[in-house]
Amino acid sequence: MSAASRRGILSRSVLRVWCVLVGLLLVLPTLVVVPISFSDRRSLMLPRGFSLQWYVNFFQDPQWYGAALLTLRVGVVVAVIATALGTMAAMALHSALGQWRGPARAFLMAPMIVPGVITAIGIFYVALKTGLTQSYWGFVLAHTVLAIPFVVVTVTASLAGFDGQLVKAAASLGAGPVSAFRKVMLPLIAPGVVTGALFAFLTSFDEAIVSIFLSGPFAQTLPVKIYASVTQTFDPTVAAASTLLLTVTTVVLILFGVLSVVRERR
Amino acid sequence: MTLIERTLEAAGPPSPSAAGGQRWSTRLRSRPGSLMVAPALVFVAVVFAYPVLRMFVLSVTNMPAGQASSWYSNYEWYLTSGSQMNILRRTFVISAWITVSCFVLGFPYAYLMTRVGTRARLLMTGAVMLPFWSNLVVRTYAWVILLSDVGPLQAFLRSMGIHAPTLLGNVAGMTIGATQVLLPFFVLPVYAGLQGIDRRLLDAAVSLGASPGRAFRKVYLPLAVPGIMAGSTLVFVLSLGFYFTPALLGSPKQSMISQQIVQQTNALLAFGRGGAMALVLLASTLLILGAAALVTRRHTRALGIGGGR
Repeated sequence: MSAASRRGILSRSVLRVWCVLVGLLLVLPTLVVVPISFSDRRSLMLPRGFSLQWYVNFFQDPQWYGAALLTLRVGVVVAVIATALGTMAAMALHSALGQWRGPARAFLMAPMIVPGVITAIGIFYVALKTGLTQSYWGFVLAHTVLAIPFVVVTVTASLAGFDGQLVKAAASLGAGPVSAFRKVMLPLIAPGVVTGALFAFLTSFDEAIVSIFLSGPFAQTLPVKIYASVTQTFDPTVAAASTLLLTVTTVVLILFGVLSVVRERR
Repeated sequence: MTLIERTLEAAGPPSPSAAGGQRWSTRLRSRPGSLMVAPALVFVAVVFAYPVLRMFVLSVTNMPAGQASSWYSNYEWYLTSGSQMNILRRTFVISAWITVSCFVLGFPYAYLMTRVGTRARLLMTGAVMLPFWSNLVVRTYAWVILLSDVGPLQAFLRSMGIHAPTLLGNVAGMTIGATQVLLPFFVLPVYAGLQGIDRRLLDAAVSLGASPGRAFRKVYLPLAVPGIMAGSTLVFVLSLGFYFTPALLGSPKQSMISQQIVQQTNALLAFGRGGAMALVLLASTLLILGAAALVTRRHTRALGIGGGR
Protein backbone atom coordinates (compact mmCIF):
# COMPACT_ATOMS: atom_id res chain seq x y z
CA MET A 1 0.00 0.00 0.00
CA SER A 2 1.43 3.37 -0.95
CA ALA A 3 1.99 6.11 1.59
CA ALA A 4 -0.52 8.36 -0.15
CA SER A 5 -3.37 5.86 -0.03
CA ARG A 6 -2.55 5.06 3.59
CA ARG A 7 -2.81 8.74 4.38
CA GLY A 8 -6.13 8.82 2.52
CA ILE A 9 -7.52 6.01 4.66
CA LEU A 10 -6.23 7.65 7.83
CA SER A 11 -7.77 11.03 7.03
CA ARG A 12 -11.04 9.33 6.06
CA SER A 13 -11.28 7.54 9.41
CA VAL A 14 -10.42 10.74 11.29
CA LEU A 15 -13.24 12.45 9.39
CA ARG A 16 -15.66 9.66 10.30
CA VAL A 17 -14.80 9.74 14.00
CA TRP A 18 -15.13 13.53 14.02
CA CYS A 19 -18.55 13.34 12.40
CA VAL A 20 -19.78 10.68 14.82
CA LEU A 21 -18.78 13.02 17.65
CA VAL A 22 -20.54 15.98 16.01
CA GLY A 23 -23.63 13.83 15.45
CA LEU A 24 -23.67 12.89 19.13
CA LEU A 25 -23.19 16.55 20.05
CA LEU A 26 -26.20 17.45 17.91
CA VAL A 27 -28.56 14.92 19.46
CA LEU A 28 -27.43 13.99 22.97
CA PRO A 29 -27.29 17.25 24.99
CA THR A 30 -30.98 17.96 24.53
CA LEU A 31 -31.92 14.46 25.67
CA VAL A 32 -30.55 15.18 29.15
CA VAL A 33 -34.01 16.56 30.00
CA VAL A 34 -35.44 13.02 29.75
CA PRO A 35 -33.61 11.42 32.72
CA ILE A 36 -34.04 14.59 34.77
CA SER A 37 -37.79 14.49 34.15
CA PHE A 38 -37.96 11.03 35.75
CA SER A 39 -35.76 12.07 38.65
CA ASP A 40 -36.65 11.35 42.25
CA ARG A 41 -35.03 14.49 43.58
CA ARG A 42 -35.81 18.11 43.26
CA SER A 43 -32.64 19.34 41.61
CA LEU A 44 -30.76 19.31 38.34
CA MET A 45 -28.49 16.52 39.55
CA LEU A 46 -28.65 13.22 37.71
CA PRO A 47 -31.34 11.05 39.32
CA ARG A 48 -30.70 8.20 41.74
CA GLY A 49 -34.12 6.61 41.40
CA PHE A 50 -37.14 6.66 39.14
CA SER A 51 -40.23 8.75 39.76
CA LEU A 52 -43.22 10.07 37.85
CA GLN A 53 -43.97 12.85 40.31
CA TRP A 54 -42.99 15.66 37.93
CA TYR A 55 -45.39 14.42 35.27
CA VAL A 56 -48.13 14.14 37.91
CA ASN A 57 -47.21 17.67 38.88
CA PHE A 58 -47.47 18.82 35.26
CA PHE A 59 -50.94 17.39 34.73
CA GLN A 60 -52.25 18.64 38.07
CA ASP A 61 -51.00 22.21 37.87
CA PRO A 62 -53.40 24.29 35.75
CA GLN A 63 -50.55 26.70 34.96
CA TRP A 64 -48.63 23.89 33.26
CA TYR A 65 -51.36 21.94 31.49
CA GLY A 66 -53.16 25.19 30.72
CA ALA A 67 -50.06 26.45 28.94
CA ALA A 68 -49.80 23.18 27.00
CA LEU A 69 -53.46 23.34 25.95
CA LEU A 70 -53.16 26.96 24.86
CA THR A 71 -50.06 26.14 22.82
CA LEU A 72 -51.84 23.28 21.05
CA ARG A 73 -55.01 25.31 20.43
CA VAL A 74 -52.97 28.17 18.97
CA GLY A 75 -50.79 25.84 16.89
CA VAL A 76 -53.68 24.06 15.17
CA VAL A 77 -55.47 27.27 14.19
CA VAL A 78 -52.19 28.86 13.04
CA ALA A 79 -51.52 25.82 10.86
CA VAL A 80 -54.96 26.17 9.23
CA ILE A 81 -54.81 29.93 8.58
CA ALA A 82 -51.14 30.05 7.55
CA THR A 83 -51.58 27.10 5.20
CA ALA A 84 -54.60 28.66 3.51
CA LEU A 85 -52.95 32.07 3.07
CA GLY A 86 -49.54 30.65 2.22
CA THR A 87 -50.78 28.13 -0.34
CA MET A 88 -52.83 30.73 -2.18
CA ALA A 89 -49.88 33.11 -2.17
CA ALA A 90 -47.51 30.40 -3.41
CA MET A 91 -49.85 29.60 -6.32
CA ALA A 92 -50.07 33.25 -7.32
CA LEU A 93 -46.30 33.62 -6.99
CA HIS A 94 -45.81 30.56 -9.13
CA SER A 95 -48.00 31.41 -12.07
CA ALA A 96 -49.02 35.05 -11.99
CA LEU A 97 -47.79 38.46 -10.86
CA GLY A 98 -45.10 38.85 -13.53
CA GLN A 99 -42.53 41.41 -12.46
CA TRP A 100 -44.12 41.79 -9.03
CA ARG A 101 -43.21 38.23 -8.14
CA GLY A 102 -39.80 39.07 -6.64
CA PRO A 103 -40.91 41.94 -4.41
CA ALA A 104 -44.08 40.11 -3.28
CA ARG A 105 -42.06 37.05 -2.37
CA ALA A 106 -39.44 39.08 -0.49
CA PHE A 107 -42.21 40.83 1.45
CA LEU A 108 -43.82 37.53 2.47
CA MET A 109 -40.40 36.17 3.52
CA ALA A 110 -39.52 39.22 5.62
CA PRO A 111 -40.85 37.85 8.95
CA MET A 112 -38.28 35.06 8.64
CA ILE A 113 -35.34 37.39 8.02
CA VAL A 114 -35.98 40.18 10.51
CA PRO A 115 -34.52 39.22 13.92
CA GLY A 116 -37.24 37.86 16.20
CA VAL A 117 -36.75 40.39 18.95
CA ILE A 118 -37.54 43.27 16.53
CA THR A 119 -40.76 41.66 15.36
CA ALA A 120 -41.54 40.95 18.99
CA ILE A 121 -41.30 44.52 20.30
CA GLY A 122 -43.27 45.85 17.32
CA ILE A 123 -46.09 43.37 17.78
CA PHE A 124 -45.96 43.94 21.54
CA TYR A 125 -46.48 47.67 21.09
CA VAL A 126 -49.42 47.28 18.71
CA ALA A 127 -50.89 44.52 20.88
CA LEU A 128 -50.72 46.81 23.91
CA LYS A 129 -52.62 49.52 21.99
CA THR A 130 -55.27 47.12 20.70
CA GLY A 131 -55.64 45.06 23.87
CA LEU A 132 -54.44 41.85 22.25
CA THR A 133 -51.80 40.98 24.84
CA GLN A 134 -52.56 37.87 26.86
CA SER A 135 -55.29 36.93 24.43
CA TYR A 136 -55.76 33.82 22.32
CA TRP A 137 -56.10 35.75 19.07
CA GLY A 138 -53.01 37.80 19.81
CA PHE A 139 -50.95 34.61 19.83
CA VAL A 140 -52.72 33.27 16.73
CA LEU A 141 -52.13 36.43 14.67
CA ALA A 142 -48.48 36.79 15.69
CA HIS A 143 -47.64 33.12 15.12
CA THR A 144 -49.46 33.05 11.77
CA VAL A 145 -47.38 35.87 10.36
CA LEU A 146 -44.22 34.00 11.38
CA ALA A 147 -45.52 30.74 9.90
CA ILE A 148 -46.59 32.05 6.47
CA PRO A 149 -43.01 32.11 5.04
CA PHE A 150 -42.56 28.42 5.89
CA VAL A 151 -45.73 27.50 4.02
CA VAL A 152 -44.82 29.65 1.01
CA VAL A 153 -41.40 27.99 0.74
CA THR A 154 -42.65 24.41 0.95
CA VAL A 155 -45.65 24.86 -1.35
CA THR A 156 -43.54 26.77 -3.91
CA ALA A 157 -41.08 23.88 -3.90
CA SER A 158 -43.84 21.38 -4.64
CA LEU A 159 -45.34 23.62 -7.35
CA ALA A 160 -41.97 23.73 -9.13
CA GLY A 161 -42.48 20.11 -10.12
CA PHE A 162 -46.11 20.52 -11.15
CA ASP A 163 -47.02 20.05 -14.79
CA GLY A 164 -49.21 23.00 -15.76
CA GLN A 165 -50.42 21.19 -18.85
CA LEU A 166 -52.63 19.09 -16.59
CA VAL A 167 -54.76 22.08 -15.64
CA LYS A 168 -55.06 23.09 -19.28
CA ALA A 169 -56.07 19.54 -20.10
CA ALA A 170 -58.70 19.62 -17.37
CA ALA A 171 -59.97 22.98 -18.65
CA SER A 172 -60.17 21.69 -22.21
CA LEU A 173 -62.27 18.79 -20.93
CA GLY A 174 -64.70 21.26 -19.42
CA ALA A 175 -63.54 21.66 -15.84
CA GLY A 176 -63.97 25.09 -14.28
CA PRO A 177 -61.01 26.70 -12.51
CA VAL A 178 -62.23 25.64 -9.06
CA SER A 179 -62.82 22.01 -9.90
CA ALA A 180 -59.58 21.87 -11.91
CA PHE A 181 -57.78 23.03 -8.77
CA ARG A 182 -59.62 20.66 -6.48
CA LYS A 183 -59.53 17.55 -8.67
CA VAL A 184 -56.22 17.93 -10.51
CA MET A 185 -53.84 20.31 -8.83
CA LEU A 186 -54.56 19.84 -5.15
CA PRO A 187 -53.99 16.07 -5.08
CA LEU A 188 -50.63 16.54 -6.77
CA ILE A 189 -49.33 19.32 -4.54
CA ALA A 190 -51.02 17.93 -1.40
CA PRO A 191 -47.80 16.54 0.15
CA GLY A 192 -46.23 19.99 -0.14
CA VAL A 193 -49.29 21.62 1.42
CA VAL A 194 -49.40 19.13 4.29
CA THR A 195 -45.67 19.62 4.89
CA GLY A 196 -46.27 23.37 4.97
CA ALA A 197 -49.04 22.88 7.51
CA LEU A 198 -46.77 20.77 9.72
CA PHE A 199 -44.01 23.39 9.43
CA ALA A 200 -46.53 26.08 10.38
CA PHE A 201 -47.70 24.07 13.37
CA LEU A 202 -44.13 23.50 14.58
CA THR A 203 -43.29 27.19 14.08
CA SER A 204 -46.17 28.20 16.32
CA PHE A 205 -45.58 25.35 18.75
CA ASP A 206 -41.93 26.35 19.27
CA GLU A 207 -42.30 30.13 19.06
CA ALA A 208 -41.14 31.88 22.21
CA ILE A 209 -39.72 35.35 21.66
CA VAL A 210 -42.92 37.11 20.51
CA SER A 211 -44.92 34.99 22.94
CA ILE A 212 -42.85 36.19 25.89
CA PHE A 213 -44.10 39.71 25.22
CA LEU A 214 -47.68 38.63 24.63
CA SER A 215 -47.77 36.37 27.69
CA GLY A 216 -48.84 37.28 31.18
CA PRO A 217 -50.32 35.68 34.25
CA PHE A 218 -53.55 35.00 32.37
CA ALA A 219 -52.15 33.48 29.22
CA GLN A 220 -48.83 31.78 28.71
CA THR A 221 -47.66 29.39 26.04
CA LEU A 222 -45.67 26.33 27.01
CA PRO A 223 -42.22 27.54 25.82
CA VAL A 224 -42.74 30.79 27.73
CA LYS A 225 -43.82 28.92 30.84
CA ILE A 226 -40.70 26.75 30.54
CA TYR A 227 -38.49 29.81 30.12
CA ALA A 228 -40.06 31.59 33.08
CA SER A 229 -39.69 28.50 35.26
CA VAL A 230 -36.05 27.91 34.32
CA THR A 231 -35.19 31.39 35.50
CA GLN A 232 -37.02 30.89 38.79
CA THR A 233 -36.63 27.32 40.03
CA PHE A 234 -34.78 24.03 39.71
CA ASP A 235 -38.09 22.14 39.78
CA PRO A 236 -37.81 19.17 37.35
CA THR A 237 -41.42 19.77 36.23
CA VAL A 238 -39.67 21.95 33.64
CA ALA A 239 -37.85 18.84 32.45
CA ALA A 240 -41.11 16.90 32.26
CA ALA A 241 -42.68 19.69 30.20
CA SER A 242 -39.60 19.81 27.97
CA THR A 243 -39.75 16.05 27.44
CA LEU A 244 -43.42 16.29 26.43
CA LEU A 245 -42.61 19.13 24.02
CA LEU A 246 -39.75 17.18 22.46
CA THR A 247 -42.07 14.18 22.07
CA VAL A 248 -44.60 16.23 20.10
CA THR A 249 -41.81 17.63 17.87
CA THR A 250 -40.43 14.14 17.26
CA VAL A 251 -43.86 12.79 16.35
CA VAL A 252 -44.42 15.61 13.85
CA LEU A 253 -40.96 14.99 12.35
CA ILE A 254 -41.76 11.29 11.96
CA LEU A 255 -44.92 12.38 10.09
CA PHE A 256 -42.61 14.42 7.84
CA GLY A 257 -40.52 11.35 7.17
CA VAL A 258 -43.57 9.24 6.31
CA LEU A 259 -44.79 12.02 4.04
CA SER A 260 -41.54 12.27 2.14
CA VAL A 261 -41.56 8.50 1.60
CA VAL A 262 -45.11 8.78 0.23
CA ARG A 263 -43.95 11.58 -2.00
CA GLU A 264 -41.00 9.64 -3.34
CA ARG A 265 -43.19 6.66 -4.16
CA ARG A 266 -45.26 8.82 -6.52
CA MET B 1 -33.38 32.09 -3.57
CA THR B 2 -32.40 33.43 -0.15
CA LEU B 3 -30.17 31.35 2.02
CA ILE B 4 -32.91 30.77 4.55
CA GLU B 5 -35.16 29.39 1.87
CA ARG B 6 -32.37 27.13 0.72
CA THR B 7 -31.95 25.91 4.28
CA LEU B 8 -35.63 25.19 4.57
CA GLU B 9 -35.65 23.33 1.32
CA ALA B 10 -32.83 21.18 2.58
CA ALA B 11 -34.79 20.78 5.81
CA GLY B 12 -38.02 19.69 4.20
CA PRO B 13 -38.82 16.45 2.48
CA PRO B 14 -37.33 16.21 -1.02
CA SER B 15 -39.32 18.18 -3.53
CA PRO B 16 -40.32 16.43 -6.74
CA SER B 17 -37.72 16.98 -9.41
CA ALA B 18 -38.42 19.96 -11.59
CA ALA B 19 -37.03 18.10 -14.57
CA GLY B 20 -40.07 15.83 -14.82
CA GLY B 21 -42.76 18.46 -15.18
CA GLN B 22 -42.80 21.22 -17.70
CA ARG B 23 -42.79 24.66 -16.14
CA TRP B 24 -46.20 26.15 -15.82
CA SER B 25 -45.69 28.99 -18.19
CA THR B 26 -49.10 29.42 -19.75
CA ARG B 27 -49.76 32.37 -17.52
CA LEU B 28 -52.68 34.05 -19.14
CA ARG B 29 -55.07 31.20 -19.70
CA SER B 30 -54.86 29.03 -16.63
CA ARG B 31 -53.42 31.31 -13.99
CA PRO B 32 -55.17 31.21 -10.65
CA GLY B 33 -54.96 34.98 -10.56
CA SER B 34 -52.60 37.45 -9.02
CA LEU B 35 -55.24 38.35 -6.47
CA MET B 36 -54.67 35.13 -4.59
CA VAL B 37 -51.53 36.61 -3.12
CA ALA B 38 -53.50 39.52 -1.67
CA PRO B 39 -54.75 37.98 1.60
CA ALA B 40 -51.26 36.91 2.63
CA LEU B 41 -49.80 40.29 1.65
CA VAL B 42 -52.43 42.16 3.63
CA PHE B 43 -51.94 39.88 6.61
CA VAL B 44 -48.15 40.33 6.64
CA ALA B 45 -48.55 44.08 6.12
CA VAL B 46 -50.93 44.51 9.06
CA VAL B 47 -49.45 42.04 11.57
CA PHE B 48 -45.76 42.33 10.69
CA ALA B 49 -44.79 45.35 8.56
CA TYR B 50 -46.95 47.90 10.35
CA PRO B 51 -45.75 47.01 13.88
CA VAL B 52 -42.09 46.95 12.80
CA LEU B 53 -42.38 50.28 10.97
CA ARG B 54 -44.27 51.67 13.95
CA MET B 55 -41.25 50.81 16.11
CA PHE B 56 -38.97 52.78 13.83
CA VAL B 57 -41.31 55.74 13.85
CA LEU B 58 -41.34 55.59 17.64
CA SER B 59 -37.56 55.63 17.68
CA VAL B 60 -37.65 59.21 16.36
CA THR B 61 -40.83 60.38 18.13
CA ASN B 62 -41.03 58.61 21.49
CA MET B 63 -38.53 60.17 23.90
CA PRO B 64 -37.94 59.35 27.57
CA ALA B 65 -39.78 62.01 29.55
CA GLY B 66 -37.98 65.25 30.16
CA GLN B 67 -35.03 64.65 27.86
CA ALA B 68 -36.54 65.19 24.45
CA SER B 69 -34.41 67.54 22.43
CA SER B 70 -34.40 66.45 18.82
CA TRP B 71 -35.59 63.60 16.64
CA TYR B 72 -32.32 61.72 16.94
CA SER B 73 -32.11 61.81 20.76
CA ASN B 74 -32.68 58.08 21.10
CA TYR B 75 -29.95 57.29 18.60
CA GLU B 76 -27.64 59.80 20.25
CA TRP B 77 -28.28 58.17 23.61
CA TYR B 78 -27.58 54.71 22.21
CA LEU B 79 -24.52 55.47 20.12
CA THR B 80 -22.82 57.57 22.81
CA SER B 81 -23.53 55.20 25.68
CA GLY B 82 -20.26 53.47 26.50
CA SER B 83 -21.87 50.46 28.11
CA GLN B 84 -24.31 49.98 25.23
CA MET B 85 -21.50 50.18 22.67
CA ASN B 86 -19.60 47.62 24.73
CA ILE B 87 -22.58 45.32 24.54
CA LEU B 88 -22.88 45.85 20.80
CA ARG B 89 -19.18 45.03 20.34
CA ARG B 90 -19.51 41.97 22.56
CA THR B 91 -22.50 40.80 20.53
CA PHE B 92 -20.43 40.90 17.34
CA VAL B 93 -17.39 39.19 18.89
CA ILE B 94 -19.44 36.39 20.44
CA SER B 95 -21.35 35.90 17.18
CA ALA B 96 -18.04 35.57 15.34
CA TRP B 97 -16.85 32.93 17.83
CA ILE B 98 -20.08 30.98 17.47
CA THR B 99 -19.76 31.10 13.67
CA VAL B 100 -16.16 29.86 13.72
CA SER B 101 -17.07 27.03 16.13
CA CYS B 102 -19.99 26.03 13.91
CA PHE B 103 -17.66 25.92 10.90
CA VAL B 104 -15.09 23.72 12.64
CA LEU B 105 -17.74 21.29 13.85
CA GLY B 106 -20.19 21.50 10.99
CA PHE B 107 -18.22 21.65 7.75
CA PRO B 108 -16.68 18.15 8.01
CA TYR B 109 -20.11 16.85 8.96
CA ALA B 110 -21.83 18.43 5.96
CA TYR B 111 -19.01 17.18 3.74
CA LEU B 112 -19.36 13.61 4.96
CA MET B 113 -23.13 13.82 4.39
CA THR B 114 -22.44 14.12 0.65
CA ARG B 115 -20.04 11.16 0.71
CA VAL B 116 -22.00 8.40 2.45
CA GLY B 117 -24.68 5.92 1.34
CA THR B 118 -28.41 6.55 1.53
CA ARG B 119 -28.90 4.96 4.96
CA ALA B 120 -26.04 6.75 6.65
CA ARG B 121 -27.18 10.00 5.05
CA LEU B 122 -30.70 9.50 6.39
CA LEU B 123 -29.24 8.95 9.86
CA MET B 124 -27.02 12.02 9.59
CA THR B 125 -29.90 14.15 8.26
CA GLY B 126 -32.07 12.98 11.15
CA ALA B 127 -29.38 14.00 13.63
CA VAL B 128 -29.54 17.53 12.18
CA MET B 129 -33.30 17.75 11.73
CA LEU B 130 -34.20 16.76 15.27
CA PRO B 131 -32.40 19.70 16.89
CA PHE B 132 -33.34 22.01 13.98
CA TRP B 133 -37.02 21.58 14.76
CA SER B 134 -36.76 21.16 18.52
CA ASN B 135 -37.71 23.97 20.79
CA LEU B 136 -34.96 26.54 21.32
CA VAL B 137 -35.90 27.17 24.93
CA VAL B 138 -35.86 23.45 25.70
CA ARG B 139 -32.49 22.97 24.05
CA THR B 140 -31.07 25.89 26.00
CA TYR B 141 -32.61 24.54 29.20
CA ALA B 142 -30.79 21.25 28.54
CA TRP B 143 -27.55 23.23 28.56
CA VAL B 144 -28.54 24.86 31.84
CA ILE B 145 -28.72 21.34 33.30
CA LEU B 146 -25.51 20.18 31.63
CA LEU B 147 -23.41 23.18 32.59
CA SER B 148 -24.72 23.81 36.10
CA ASP B 149 -22.34 23.30 39.01
CA VAL B 150 -24.29 20.25 40.21
CA GLY B 151 -24.89 19.00 36.66
CA PRO B 152 -23.53 15.87 34.98
CA LEU B 153 -20.66 17.60 33.16
CA GLN B 154 -19.12 19.06 36.31
CA ALA B 155 -19.77 15.82 38.21
CA PHE B 156 -17.94 13.90 35.51
CA LEU B 157 -14.99 16.31 35.57
CA ARG B 158 -14.85 16.11 39.37
CA SER B 159 -14.77 12.32 39.27
CA MET B 160 -11.77 12.62 36.95
CA GLY B 161 -10.11 14.85 39.52
CA ILE B 162 -10.46 18.02 37.44
CA HIS B 163 -11.82 21.15 39.02
CA ALA B 164 -13.23 23.04 36.07
CA PRO B 165 -14.21 26.70 36.32
CA THR B 166 -17.89 27.56 36.53
CA LEU B 167 -19.47 27.25 33.09
CA LEU B 168 -22.98 28.53 33.67
CA GLY B 169 -23.56 32.27 33.69
CA ASN B 170 -20.61 33.41 31.63
CA VAL B 171 -19.52 33.93 28.04
CA ALA B 172 -17.75 30.56 27.78
CA GLY B 173 -20.83 28.53 28.67
CA MET B 174 -23.00 30.70 26.48
CA THR B 175 -20.75 30.20 23.47
CA ILE B 176 -20.70 26.42 23.99
CA GLY B 177 -24.49 26.26 24.26
CA ALA B 178 -25.14 28.67 21.38
CA THR B 179 -22.82 26.74 19.08
CA GLN B 180 -24.70 23.51 19.68
CA VAL B 181 -28.05 25.25 19.35
CA LEU B 182 -27.11 26.90 16.02
CA LEU B 183 -25.14 24.03 14.48
CA PRO B 184 -28.09 22.69 12.42
CA PHE B 185 -28.52 26.14 10.84
CA PHE B 186 -24.95 25.88 9.62
CA VAL B 187 -24.99 22.26 8.46
CA LEU B 188 -28.18 22.41 6.38
CA PRO B 189 -27.26 25.23 3.95
CA VAL B 190 -23.67 24.01 3.67
CA TYR B 191 -24.89 20.51 2.85
CA ALA B 192 -27.28 21.95 0.27
CA GLY B 193 -24.35 23.80 -1.31
CA LEU B 194 -21.91 20.88 -1.26
CA GLN B 195 -24.48 18.53 -2.79
CA GLY B 196 -24.36 20.48 -6.04
CA ILE B 197 -20.58 20.16 -6.53
CA ASP B 198 -19.57 17.89 -9.39
CA ARG B 199 -16.97 15.54 -7.91
CA ARG B 200 -15.73 14.54 -11.36
CA LEU B 201 -13.83 17.84 -11.30
CA LEU B 202 -11.71 16.38 -8.48
CA ASP B 203 -10.98 13.26 -10.54
CA ALA B 204 -10.03 15.49 -13.44
CA ALA B 205 -7.61 17.46 -11.24
CA VAL B 206 -6.03 14.25 -9.91
CA SER B 207 -5.70 12.79 -13.40
CA LEU B 208 -3.89 15.96 -14.38
CA GLY B 209 -1.34 15.32 -11.66
CA ALA B 210 -2.66 17.07 -8.55
CA SER B 211 -2.46 15.21 -5.26
CA PRO B 212 -5.91 14.47 -3.70
CA GLY B 213 -5.22 17.01 -0.97
CA ARG B 214 -4.26 19.67 -3.47
CA ALA B 215 -7.26 18.90 -5.65
CA PHE B 216 -9.49 19.29 -2.60
CA ARG B 217 -7.98 22.64 -1.68
CA LYS B 218 -7.73 24.11 -5.15
CA VAL B 219 -10.87 22.72 -6.79
CA TYR B 220 -13.36 21.60 -4.17
CA LEU B 221 -13.05 24.32 -1.53
CA PRO B 222 -13.52 27.25 -3.94
CA LEU B 223 -16.68 25.58 -5.20
CA ALA B 224 -17.83 25.09 -1.61
CA VAL B 225 -17.56 28.80 -0.78
CA PRO B 226 -21.19 29.74 -1.61
CA GLY B 227 -22.58 27.07 0.74
CA ILE B 228 -20.12 27.95 3.49
CA MET B 229 -20.99 31.64 3.13
CA ALA B 230 -24.70 30.84 3.35
CA GLY B 231 -24.27 28.77 6.51
CA SER B 232 -21.91 31.23 8.17
CA THR B 233 -24.04 34.31 7.51
CA LEU B 234 -27.15 32.50 8.71
CA VAL B 235 -25.47 31.51 11.98
CA PHE B 236 -23.87 34.93 12.45
CA VAL B 237 -27.12 36.80 11.83
CA LEU B 238 -29.08 34.46 14.10
CA SER B 239 -26.56 34.89 16.91
CA LEU B 240 -26.70 38.68 16.56
CA GLY B 241 -30.40 38.55 17.38
CA PHE B 242 -30.15 35.73 19.93
CA TYR B 243 -32.19 36.20 23.07
CA PHE B 244 -32.88 33.00 25.01
CA THR B 245 -29.44 31.45 24.97
CA PRO B 246 -27.60 34.51 26.36
CA ALA B 247 -30.47 35.16 28.77
CA LEU B 248 -30.33 31.64 30.22
CA LEU B 249 -26.68 30.66 29.85
CA GLY B 250 -24.92 34.02 29.99
CA SER B 251 -24.86 36.55 32.78
CA PRO B 252 -26.78 39.82 32.98
CA LYS B 253 -23.45 41.59 33.37
CA GLN B 254 -22.30 40.30 30.00
CA SER B 255 -25.50 40.62 28.02
CA MET B 256 -26.07 40.84 24.29
CA ILE B 257 -28.07 43.41 22.33
CA SER B 258 -31.36 41.50 22.28
CA GLN B 259 -31.45 41.35 26.06
CA GLN B 260 -30.96 45.11 26.17
CA ILE B 261 -33.80 45.66 23.66
CA VAL B 262 -36.10 43.47 25.75
CA GLN B 263 -35.00 45.33 28.88
CA GLN B 264 -35.78 48.74 27.35
CA THR B 265 -39.20 47.76 25.97
CA ASN B 266 -40.61 45.08 28.25
CA ALA B 267 -39.28 46.34 31.57
CA LEU B 268 -38.89 50.10 31.04
CA LEU B 269 -41.51 50.56 28.29
CA ALA B 270 -39.00 52.87 26.55
CA PHE B 271 -40.18 52.00 23.07
CA GLY B 272 -38.27 54.85 21.46
CA ARG B 273 -34.93 53.62 22.75
CA GLY B 274 -35.84 50.00 22.06
CA GLY B 275 -36.85 50.98 18.54
CA ALA B 276 -33.58 52.81 17.93
CA MET B 277 -31.61 49.77 19.09
CA ALA B 278 -33.80 47.51 16.97
CA LEU B 279 -33.07 49.61 13.91
CA VAL B 280 -29.32 49.38 14.58
CA LEU B 281 -29.65 45.61 14.92
CA LEU B 282 -31.74 45.32 11.74
CA ALA B 283 -29.33 47.53 9.79
CA SER B 284 -26.37 45.38 10.91
CA THR B 285 -28.24 42.23 9.92
CA LEU B 286 -29.19 43.53 6.48
CA LEU B 287 -25.68 44.90 5.88
CA ILE B 288 -24.13 41.54 6.66
CA LEU B 289 -26.63 39.66 4.51
CA GLY B 290 -26.05 42.09 1.65
CA ALA B 291 -22.26 41.95 1.94
CA ALA B 292 -22.33 38.15 2.04
CA ALA B 293 -24.55 38.01 -1.05
CA LEU B 294 -22.21 40.41 -2.86
CA VAL B 295 -19.07 38.47 -1.94
CA THR B 296 -20.68 35.19 -2.96
CA ARG B 297 -21.87 36.55 -6.28
CA ARG B 298 -18.46 38.00 -7.09
CA HIS B 299 -16.81 34.73 -6.14
CA THR B 300 -19.13 32.54 -8.22
CA ARG B 301 -18.80 34.90 -11.16
CA ALA B 302 -15.00 34.80 -10.93
CA LEU B 303 -15.16 31.02 -10.95
CA GLY B 304 -17.54 31.10 -13.87
CA ILE B 305 -20.06 28.83 -12.15
CA GLY B 306 -22.92 31.27 -12.57
CA GLY B 307 -25.71 30.72 -10.08
CA GLY B 308 -23.73 28.24 -8.03
CA ARG B 309 -26.24 25.47 -8.27
